[in-house]
Amino acid sequence: MTAVEARPGRVEVHGVHKSYAGVEVLHGVDLVVEPGTVTVVLGPSGSGKSTLLRSINHLEKADRGFIALDGELVGYRRKPHRGTDRLHELPEKELLRQRTRFGFVFQSFNLFPHLTALDNVVEAPVSAQGRPRAEVEAEARELLARVGLADRADAHPRQLSGGQQQRVAIARALAMRPAVLLFDEPTSALDPELVGEVLEVITDLARTGTTMIVVTHEIGFAREVADQVVFMDAGRVVEQGPPEQVLDDPQHDRTRAFLARVL
Amino acid sequence: MTTLDTRPASTAPPAGTPFDQLEVVPARHPGRWVATAAVVVLLAMVVNSLVTNPRWEWDVVGAYLTEESIVRGVLTTIELTAITAVVGFALGTVLALMRLSRSPLLRAVSWGYTWVFRSVPLILQLLLWYNLAYLYQHLDLGIPFGPSFVSVPTLSLIDKFGAAVLGLGLHQAAYSAEIVRAGILSVDQGQHEAAASLGIPRRRQTTGIVLPQAMRTIVPTAVNEVIGLFKGTSIVYVLALGELFYTVSVIYGRTQRVLPMLVVAAIWYVVLTTVVTVVQYHVERHYSRGALRTLPPTPLQRVRSELGDVLARFGAPRGATR
Repeated sequence: MTAVEARPGRVEVHGVHKSYAGVEVLHGVDLVVEPGTVTVVLGPSGSGKSTLLRSINHLEKADRGFIALDGELVGYRRKPHRGTDRLHELPEKELLRQRTRFGFVFQSFNLFPHLTALDNVVEAPVSAQGRPRAEVEAEARELLARVGLADRADAHPRQLSGGQQQRVAIARALAMRPAVLLFDEPTSALDPELVGEVLEVITDLARTGTTMIVVTHEIGFAREVADQVVFMDAGRVVEQGPPEQVLDDPQHDRTRAFLARVL
Repeated sequence: MTTLDTRPASTAPPAGTPFDQLEVVPARHPGRWVATAAVVVLLAMVVNSLVTNPRWEWDVVGAYLTEESIVRGVLTTIELTAITAVVGFALGTVLALMRLSRSPLLRAVSWGYTWVFRSVPLILQLLLWYNLAYLYQHLDLGIPFGPSFVSVPTLSLIDKFGAAVLGLGLHQAAYSAEIVRAGILSVDQGQHEAAASLGIPRRRQTTGIVLPQAMRTIVPTAVNEVIGLFKGTSIVYVLALGELFYTVSVIYGRTQRVLPMLVVAAIWYVVLTTVVTVVQYHVERHYSRGALRTLPPTPLQRVRSELGDVLARFGAPRGATR
């Protein structure tokens, strides 16, 4: 993967605030994700984990603060103006181009139901990156093989189990050759016996040095795979650090209370 | 809906016979048989009256059904419907996308269009377009508020047929816009998000992701509209345009054979509607790809399997092993 060779994928989150209809969901979140590392974000529901993830690839626009990928602002461009600088919102076309550097995996898969598994993977590299279809198709088949679905390329999403759908969704995200993969509770919509097959694929990706931010409730996965665990509560980062520190020796009461409930 | 088991108790199998060796008696449906008989009698009465009442004048119907002016009328009806449907749905799709856009002006214009064109009766709109030449003798193409390059007399551009197409098409667009909008709204928000997160260009998001899924909702209602149009085009007889209904009314005005001529028109309208219905089935089947795990059978396959069921029912002895 290109992500390994050039090691792009440094994500910086600086003082991000976000409110919905007057209710503040994020109260100034700071976070740095180093290239090639895995960050697992834990926290009770409503703590702002998903909003943070969706702000990173600008599916949500932060009210304050900024997000940068490899030093490049997400959603804005800095331009000099009368001796100082101003931030210009990116036109939609450029924003869409910037988004292709992030791969996003949704809790509810959001595969395109009218397309086959293969076409789901092929769609964006062809239409967003303008790559030749034949080349993309060959790569898509490899990606499907990598997530263990080589023989299901021609199936439609509704003919697949939840775990298979989520694996197609991961292949779809990988096909863009993103610098960073964002996972929004990738196993929360799955039957318990299907969780394992999806986590296995994500763990494999982590081993190849893909930069990832994973919002999840799977503590075991966090312990095994994460380089950095971030615990969020009420729109703030309460605690962050290596898994053995945050999971085994939490410093804050809220982290302890949360871990006591989910473990 | 009751099972009448009148077998004397003596023939009961010895207690302890396993279930799978017992005879199965299908449930009887006496109510269904009574209803079937009633319907058959009613149908026979209708057919009998159609055949025996000479005032239907079937010979006249037969003579006029494929008469040249009637066929020309049918072709005009098809032409009007096709053009109107294309204009209506093309403009309707644009209006729907405007209505869902982020620009308040585009939203307002689209809303206003739908409001006006749904509010004014079609017959009134047709007459307005037909009389456009009274308001504007010439139509100009040029720079807004500036000089004009081409100028043509309105009457040469908007003849009867033009007025009919304009009136029907613009009216249809208002309804189509709502149908397309409903279709787009029926597509899950997650689909828009997935497309956006993959960086798929806006236009491709609409044509490649959203509209194909919206079609499942759009097609049944849209076909309803097209069928409505086939019959609705008869309203342009007010412009004395030679479509099917106008042609028929001209003929019965001359020959006084009102009823047989109406039957001729009815038969043609039924034929046209039937063709559209068959097309609808296959279009729906096409767009249900991916939405259903297995495609439904085509009507032909269904008739075949139902016939098979009926034959099997009467052919095989009752209570046979299953």
